[in-house]
Formats: sequence, structure tokens, C-alpha cells
Amino acid sequence: MAVRRLYPEQPLSFAFTPENLAWAKREIAKYPAGKEASAVIALLWRSQEQEGWTTEPAIRAIADMLGMAYIRVLEIATFYTMFQLAPVGRKAHLQVCGTTPCMLRGSEALIEICKDRIADHPHELSADGDFSWEEVECLGCCANAPVVQIGKDTYEDLDPELFARLLRDIKTGKPLKPGSQTGRRASCPASGPTTLLDDKKRTEKV
Amino acid sequence: MLQDKDRIFRNLYGFHDWKLAGARARGSWSDTKALIDKGQDWIINEVKASGLRGRGGAGFPTGLKWSFMPKNDPRPSYLVINGDESEPGSCKDREIMRHDPHLLIEGALIASFAMKAHTCFIYLRGEFIREREHLQAAVDECYAAKLIGKDNANGWDFDIVVHHGAGAYICGEETALIESIEGKKGMPRLKPPFPANVGLYGAPTTVNNVESIAVVPDILRRGGTWFASLGKPNNTGTKLFQISGHVNNPCVVEEEMGIPLRELIDRHCGGVRGGWDNLLCVIPGGSSMPMIPADQCNDLTMDFDALVKLKSGLGTAAVIVMDKSTDIIKAITRIAYFYKHESCGQCTPCREGTGWMFRVLDRMQRGEAEKREIDLLYNVTKQVEGHTICALGDAAAWPVQGLIRNYRQVIEQRIDAHRAAVKEAAE
Repeated sequence: MAVRRLYPEQPLSFAFTPENLAWAKREIAKYPAGKEASAVIALLWRSQEQEGWTTEPAIRAIADMLGMAYIRVLEIATFYTMFQLAPVGRKAHLQVCGTTPCMLRGSEALIEICKDRIADHPHELSADGDFSWEEVECLGCCANAPVVQIGKDTYEDLDPELFARLLRDIKTGKPLKPGSQTGRRASCPASGPTTLLDDKKRTEKV
Repeated sequence: MLQDKDRIFRNLYGFHDWKLAGARARGSWSDTKALIDKGQDWIINEVKASGLRGRGGAGFPTGLKWSFMPKNDPRPSYLVINGDESEPGSCKDREIMRHDPHLLIEGALIASFAMKAHTCFIYLRGEFIREREHLQAAVDECYAAKLIGKDNANGWDFDIVVHHGAGAYICGEETALIESIEGKKGMPRLKPPFPANVGLYGAPTTVNNVESIAVVPDILRRGGTWFASLGKPNNTGTKLFQISGHVNNPCVVEEEMGIPLRELIDRHCGGVRGGWDNLLCVIPGGSSMPMIPADQCNDLTMDFDALVKLKSGLGTAAVIVMDKSTDIIKAITRIAYFYKHESCGQCTPCREGTGWMFRVLDRMQRGEAEKREIDLLYNVTKQVEGHTICALGDAAAWPVQGLIRNYRQVIEQRIDAHRAAVKEAAE
């Protein structure tokens, strides 16, 4: 459990863009009639993608769309920790996995870098407003630890040097390469595959 | 070692095309209609004969679970696939969903048919955004190719809804997952009634792990006896192992159930960092399983029954390896923090207990504790374990129990060292 409350300064209103509204209607239609509430996470998530964070007007608007009481949607927004209840960095919000498998591979050093270069505390904006960070629980990429999620992508197999470079690249707007930062393929052993070797040769010939 | 010809996950690392054309080249969707035409009973019996045990952690026989679905019920039936993969150490379903999504979709169709379900919900954890994009694209391909949907080529009307969460470990618990799909907080329900009777939207529902469903088409094509011939009795088939932590090459790899731990690590992971003798312990099945110290690892085989004998478990086969440089108290403290963070707050023993266990461990890792608190902590874990609606309480208690059982001396030494340091500072 974590205490999660709405941000004190909220925008006045929220409305989905026409494209997002059309998408939201399709999303609601996926569920049986009368079960519109099932779309609540998807809609809140889309509102966060649109606004950058989850705002109170968005919570109310989505509750109205789905015929849910405001408190029910507020519960969802505060229960599920991917909903950012405060504004995040303009360029990037870094979610550093700190759970044991990542910790064993050095995530603490990455968190120190965040504290040093971004802000002392999680969910606090950097001085220029470009960055924010938080320590998150297991991201499910343990064979590629340590891992940082930025937006939709994960950046894997990091070390302090690679992570500092990543931060620099975000700052300067250099295109990023998601996935393993050491160049290995997904969760294949770094020294090369140990299975399906013939299979690999076959496709490389093709 | 598992031979290549017996592997199910032939695109585990994404070296090949994950889309429909690639999946077809690997044999998916080749004769799905013929499998379906053999009927519900045949499918359930083959899966029972295969000995497949659920790959989500508990290891419940999958075929048996399917047979619990009520027959001739007027309500719709649902298959819900659990892709909420959040147990620290686990990272296998991710590889299936992003690199071989058609294995899962074809399995979903067949399993749904076996349970007379026309709708399947696949629940992915919210963080798996790219995985979700792949899975949704693969589902869209199947609709376009009339492999699923209304009046599809396989003869069983079938819809798939790809649903996602937003960062809550507890939604991996089947009833919490159902609550979450219904648009509520992921708080587990009391059982009974079990989901097979009152599940999603109050209708009969079976919840299966991604890997359990993804292996079904291969089991049916090659026969339950083929699957049962791999591994060990009662622990059959192949399994995706995920090895993280202090090995030279952490990886995900498909292996036979019951593979010796040492072979798994040496063959696929380039060994323990600093050599086998540098091993401190392993957590064999995701963070909720008690650790196994190195002296019991030499002949350890990786299957449900062997690990239960050692008071641990195979769980999701997520092996977290720790070498001798590890501060074991700190490692377990971080796991305790994880469970404190992820407790849904519904049951008092878990909500209060996970925080309490974390805070005591946090002091213990610095040595700021009394030795008598070790027994007190153990006692508290016993008060959490078994006294909650779902297994998160147990999952939080077991690693702490494992720590005390195996490393009490280390905690005592830490306390002594801290005391000596304080005394020295005072003088």
C-alpha cells in the first residue's frame, strides 16, 4: 500500500481529443452491455497519454462517460500505481526498477544517478522541468536487469555509464534505442543462443 | 537437456518473424480446425494426459481445471488469460507475447472451445506496452484472416479482448484480476465461490497463465504422451526458465522440467559469477519462494515436487541467483518492501504485517535490532501466513521465513557488529 493523493493544482477541465474519443468509444464497445466500467483503466491510461499525467477533471469526465461514481474512478486512479497523479518531466519520466533482481545487478547506482542529476526525491521535477523519476517495483524484465522504463519502452542491461549516456541522449533529443543497451537480442544469453542453433543458422542463410 | 526438436517456443528471442506468416511457418494455425473437430472431451483428455501443470506458479493440473467448468450452464463462459506477470524474477510471458503471440492466440481459441467459451480476455500488466501492441496486432491479423471472430474458418465463434492493468502486482491473483477487468480495484475475492462457478461478470470463468495456454496447440498436435514423456513423472513437459541475478549470462530459456539447477546455470547462463563455489543461494521460483542455500543446490532439480521437499517451490521457474557478495538480509528486505508496496490493503494481517516485516528487516539489515526480535519476526510471519484472503500474505511471509531459517547467524552477526560499533563509538 502506498498513500497516493491527487495533486493540489489541477487543470480546470478535461476533454479527449476527437481521435481519442473515437478510440475510447471503440474500447468501451469491446465489453458486454452494462459492463462499460471494464474500460476504465484503458480510458484513464489514454487520458494520461494525452495530458502527461492523470488529472482530477479527467477522472470526473471518464466517470461520466462510463456511468460510474466519481469515487470509483478515483479509487482506480489511486490504486493502480502507473497513474501519475502529479505532472512529470517534459522530456522523460524515468521509472527505475528497484526490486531485488534489478538490485542484485546494480539498480541502486542508477537511483543515485537520478537523485544526483534529476531531483532528490521521486516524483519531483528537475530544475528545468525536463525530467522526473521514481523507483518502481518489478517491471518483469528480470533477465535483462537492471531496467528503466521510459514511456512505452524499456531500456535494459544498464550500468551507470550506459544510463548516464541515456540521460544525455534524452536531454539532447538524440533518438533512443529501446531494449538491451549492450546490444544483445532480447533475453538471449549475452554470449549467444544456447538453443535452436541450427534454426539460427538456417535463417541467417535466408 | 531438451532437444531442439522438442521445443515449443521456437521464436523465444525474436530472431524470426512474430507475425502470422512467421507463426504459420513454425506450424501454428496449420490444422486448428482438425483439432477442434475432435471435440471438447478429446482436447481436455489430451491436456490431462500431458500432465501439464499450470505455469503461473501454483502448478495446478490444467486439464483438471478446465473440467471444473459447469456443463450446460445458461450463462456465457469466459477464458481469462493471466499475463499480469509481476512476480519478481519472472519474465517469460513477456517473451511469448512479444515474440510468439500466435502460440497464445491459437491456444486461447482451442482452450476456449474446450470450455465452451466464446470470449477470451487476455490481461497484460500495464507496463507491457510494446508486448500489448504486438499481441493486439497479432489478434487483428487473426480477425482479418478469419482465424477468429464470428463465422471463422475454425468453426467456433470466438472473440479475444486484449485488456491491460496499470501497475498492480495483486492483479496476478486470479480473482483480483477478474475484479480488475470488471473495472474495480484489484482486491481478491473470497473463495468459494470459485471462478469456475462465479467468475468474470458473475459467469463461469477459467483463469490460466499465458505459458499454460501457449503450449496447448503443440500438446494437441504432438500428443499428450509426447509432452508427458519429457521431464519427470508428475512434473512433465517443457518450461520456460528465467535466470536473473549473479550469473554470467542471465537469460530466458526453454528446458525440460526437472533439469538440474547446476546444468541450467552452467549450460545456458555461463555459470555463476565467480564460479559455482561462489554461489550463496538461489530463489528458485520468483521472489515469494524461500531461498535455497548453496549446499542444497548441488543436486537440486528444477520441478514442483523436488522444490516443495526443500520447503520452497518452482513457482514460475524464475531463478534469482545470488553469489557470495550478496547482502542476503538486504536482498530479502527489498523483497519485503515489494510486498508491502503491493499489498492491496484488504486484509489486516497482510496490510499491517507486510509493513511491519519490512520495517523490522530494514533495521536488521543495519544491525539495529535485538536478537529476540528474530523470533518475534518469525512469529509475525506465521500470523500473516494463511490468514489472508489471497496468497500475497503467504508470499510475503515465506521469503522472510526462509531468511530466518537459513541465515539466522548472519542476522545475529549483523546485530553483534552493530552493537560493537556503537560501543566503540561511545568509548
